[in-house]
Amino acid sequence: MQPEQGTRRGALRRLPLVWVGIAPFVLFVTLFLILPTLKIVIGAFQAGDGSFTLQNIRDLATGSIPAAFWISIKISVASALLGCAIGFAMAAAMILGGLPAAIRGPLLTFSGVASNFAGVPLAFAFLATLGPLGLVTVFLRTQLGIDLRALGFNILSFWGLTITYLFFQIPLMILIITPALDGLKREWREAASVLGATGPQYWRMVALPILFPSLLGTFALLFANAFGAVATAIALTGSSLNIVPILLFAQIRGDVLGNPNLGFALAFGMIVITGIANTIYIWLRARSERWLK
Amino acid sequence: MSLWTRLTAWLALIFGLTYFLLPLIGMAEFSLKMRRGVYSLDAYAKVLGDPRFQETFTYSVVMALFTIAFGVLLVVPTAYWVRLKMPWARPYVEFVTLLPLVIPAIVIVFGYIRLYNTSSWLPLTGTAMGTNVLLMFGYATLALPYMYRAVDTGLRTIDVATLTEAAQSLGAGWITVLGRVILPNVLVAVLSGAFLTFAIVIGEFTMAALLNRPAFGPYLQVLGANRAYEPAALSVIAFAITWACMGLIQLATHLSKHTKAPR
Amino acid sequence: MSFLTIEHLEKSFGANRVVKDFNLGIEKGEFVSLLGPSGCGKTTVLRMVAGFETPSTGRIAIGGKDVVDLRPNQRNIGMVFQSYALFPNLTVADNIGFGLKVAGKPRAERTARVQEMLKLIGLSELGDRYPFQLSGGQQQRVALARALAPSPHVLLLDEPLSALDAKVRVSLRNEIRAIQKKLGITTIFVTHDQEEALSMSDRIVVMHGGIAEQVGTPFEVYNRPATKFVANFVGMLNTLSAEVIDAATGRVRIGGTEATLRRPLPEGKVMLAARPEMISLGLQPGRDTVLDGTITSVDFFGSVIRLRARVDGSDLAFDMFNTTEEPPPAPGTDVRLSLLASDLLLIGEN
Ligand SMILES: Nc1ncnc2c1ncn2[C@@H]1O[C@H](COP(=O)(O)OP(=O)(O)O)[C@@H](O)[C@H]1O
Ligand SMILES: [Mg+2]
Repeated sequence: MQPEQGTRRGALRRLPLVWVGIAPFVLFVTLFLILPTLKIVIGAFQAGDGSFTLQNIRDLATGSIPAAFWISIKISVASALLGCAIGFAMAAAMILGGLPAAIRGPLLTFSGVASNFAGVPLAFAFLATLGPLGLVTVFLRTQLGIDLRALGFNILSFWGLTITYLFFQIPLMILIITPALDGLKREWREAASVLGATGPQYWRMVALPILFPSLLGTFALLFANAFGAVATAIALTGSSLNIVPILLFAQIRGDVLGNPNLGFALAFGMIVITGIANTIYIWLRARSERWLK
Repeated sequence: MSLWTRLTAWLALIFGLTYFLLPLIGMAEFSLKMRRGVYSLDAYAKVLGDPRFQETFTYSVVMALFTIAFGVLLVVPTAYWVRLKMPWARPYVEFVTLLPLVIPAIVIVFGYIRLYNTSSWLPLTGTAMGTNVLLMFGYATLALPYMYRAVDTGLRTIDVATLTEAAQSLGAGWITVLGRVILPNVLVAVLSGAFLTFAIVIGEFTMAALLNRPAFGPYLQVLGANRAYEPAALSVIAFAITWACMGLIQLATHLSKHTKAPR
Repeated sequence: MSFLTIEHLEKSFGANRVVKDFNLGIEKGEFVSLLGPSGCGKTTVLRMVAGFETPSTGRIAIGGKDVVDLRPNQRNIGMVFQSYALFPNLTVADNIGFGLKVAGKPRAERTARVQEMLKLIGLSELGDRYPFQLSGGQQQRVALARALAPSPHVLLLDEPLSALDAKVRVSLRNEIRAIQKKLGITTIFVTHDQEEALSMSDRIVVMHGGIAEQVGTPFEVYNRPATKFVANFVGMLNTLSAEVIDAATGRVRIGGTEATLRRPLPEGKVMLAARPEMISLGLQPGRDTVLDGTITSVDFFGSVIRLRARVDGSDLAFDMFNTTEEPPPAPGTDVRLSLLASDLLLIGEN
């Protein structure tokens, strides 16, 4: 009993000194991460005179805001779903499909590059490819007689943005799911097979359930990733597409909503949605790690 | 492995590669088409000769270097200290460093504008220099998840406590321990974090645009709204920079494996 | 005709021939071990029987039926892996019931069989646990139950005890053998641990460099090793260099003494070997050869004491039982050792 008490008292005395070591870090994240976010969150619940109100949150249901949230969520879900599916297919092809081992390194490096190649340049790359004068558009029209525009395709649209987002969504999926696929032990497949299971049975009863938390978690991460993407959307569509980040951008620039606190509420809505998505991600991640120990 | 599996795998790979290569080819091809009928480097010449380009690009590079310096000074001592003295706090610190992935950049910068405007207690946006500093802090926040992870992973591979005790028993102070003992040992990790920070800062648009700073990202966007070929050329350059940063990360990791092997 | 027949089995990976002309017949209900150092091709043989690798040439038949062209899930084989390989997303009961489920057996039949298997491995209470909640020994028992639940024709075990700690290893060894006997299932057990192979098997195949060097009962393999490799690999050996005096009767000179092996030997110098238990301290009835030496070390293991004595410049290890009346000689003591010359193994000539 005695020595334990002694060390505890010692720890208490030393505590302030220990904290000095991370004081700069605490100060930095407080000033430039926590406080700014809190400012937004609190502002979302304040009226112009600083009093508490729920009116801003209620006002999110007015004007073009619900539509903006709806289309943002749709684009994020679509690009996350497709990103997960295609990224998974490519990672599975690389790891389980018997492709030459030499493909792995370059593909992962390329994924690292592409997942970071977002923003304005990415938008121009797609404009130069699928825009009205883009490489593919022109090729299809002049060589094959297929007019994308006549078919209803427009790069400045829901599908245009989704296809563009996929350029960083797919690589992110590959980067995250590769370790999970590597974690599928060869012995599991062999054990299933020797117990009489067919390939599809193995995937349905063993592999997919094991991967499921990672898959769903990565989906949540990709969703948040697309939901917060501002630069690509603005560079691609200007302000012609009504999505939440563009609306918020315009609001910060020039108070287009005519109510500063509604801007706070809009930003708060973004935090809530990406926050939920990321909580799901972290929670599922922990679950899958528990299994794969 | 059955033929069918292999075939599907190749198809998936080729489909993916087509999707990834077409925009890059499209971008590169477009950037060469400024002169009618022939391929030329006119767009590049025009862009590189544009004083606005030179200004904004220099601005972004300088900002990136400052961000890296600040990030290293902030993250290395913190990660080191947490590992050495307060391991119980590691999950919390890690959680905080991951927050910038959850809170969109546009929300963070929105908070800056409201918190540090001219009428606030810390009027950073009042002066150009103050805004530069604020933007640099913003970039450091965006890079925090990557920087912290890289450094913390690097620290995991060395025995922080033993190295520190050894250095201290030889009479070294804290600054010496950090600068002469810890930093060289996690240099590769720091470099990885630095290159990634560089790639992020060079292309960043949202924060710079909303803080009204003359950075490369906003310049690229404005140019894109008014010109046809020059933005493509600039995008090629931006892509090349991203590649170079990733290549340098790979190289650093590769070299470290070789220097560490004989130990 | 044996129940499981392997004939002229060969396997190459590229230019690397890892299994060479491997032949083996196993009777129904027999427990056969593949014993050999790491990398000698044991796992490769087992994986060819299971169907994970295709033989380069050769035939494998189970119950008279050629299985080389069958996929693993068509062979009706049970397999236990070194790493347990339990499905981490399924409970213990669901793991054990997996084979019955994919075979489309009705739920009631599955539940009954799972309960039966749980009882067999003594884990009846743990059906609802997940693998990560079990100890290594428990996981390996579940893996055994999972392999046995669909009543396979043949059970394959690839170093199933190597990942476990010593105590668990010995108890599980006995348990596996007891279950195997009870079910009468034909079994191939791969191990690099000679003690495991000797204590569990009906017969042992000693492998070396992809070749089966000797096939025999534990008694034969230990006492009459067919090759020098087998003699060295299985059990501990003391080597004695000797000079042949009379090749026909096997009379040799070892150091200062002469001994007769009573079997023909080659001319010249030979290398003989003795197991520790062939040598005893002091003169013993029935031991016809005496060697003089000096004790160099004494290792106390409990019921057995391992001694080493320097004889003619080489160390001989031998054992004595621990008794309270007779403490072991201290190092430095001069002693006489005796052995029966005809027990000596010939392991080399030059
Ligand atoms: N898939 C493979 N490709 C190439 N070589 C292999 C493969 N599997 C095993 N080998 C080689 O075959 C030899 C025998 O391996 P293995 O049967 O696993 O030995 P053991 O189980 O006796 O330790 C080893 O030299 C190993 O390197
Ligand atoms: Mg093996």
